[in-house]
Amino acid sequence: MILAKVVGTVVATRKDERLVGNKLLLVQPLNAKEEPQGGHLVAVDTVDAGVGETVLIVSGSSARMAADLKESPVDAAIVGIVDTVEIDSD
Amino acid sequence: MQLARVIGSVISTHKDQSLIGHKLLVLQPVSPLRTEIGRPVVAVDSVGAGVGEEVFFVQGREASFPFLPDQVTTDANVVGIVDQWSHQSNTQE
Repeated sequence: MILAKVVGTVVATRKDERLVGNKLLLVQPLNAKEEPQGGHLVAVDTVDAGVGETVLIVSGSSARMAADLKESPVDAAIVGIVDTVEIDSD
Repeated sequence: MQLARVIGSVISTHKDQSLIGHKLLVLQPVSPLRTEIGRPVVAVDSVGAGVGEEVFFVQGREASFPFLPDQVTTDANVVGIVDQWSHQSNTQE
């Protein structure tokens, strides 16, 4: 899993039918200093996250294990809203 | 599998049900010479690792296998705490 910040939403009217009803969010991965870094991802939201929140993203085929995504063509899912991250920066 | 140092932990109250009860660790992947590689990874822990320890972790769907038959939604899992490793240019304790 990676830490990411939700930076936006994605709306698509025409999409794979197994994606219908799923909320899509635009997220940006965070580095060890919790700063956004690198390319953005589109992820299916399974935990009702919102813009500005820090979330946990599960990638690859594991993303399909998240709630209600068993047969969906998905490679990134938001599976947690982060309350706190403690990083030991020595 | 990849070598990493445990650099922190994550608290998440609202998460996928299958993750409830699982400790989430922040790992910094490292090379055999302990140089940091890429962004940190959040992993579940099936061996009881803690901050500061050097571990190896498995990525991808196989990361959920240690919990079978439970289906735990994860793509990274700490599966070993490293006592020591050696590399031809430098032996690490």
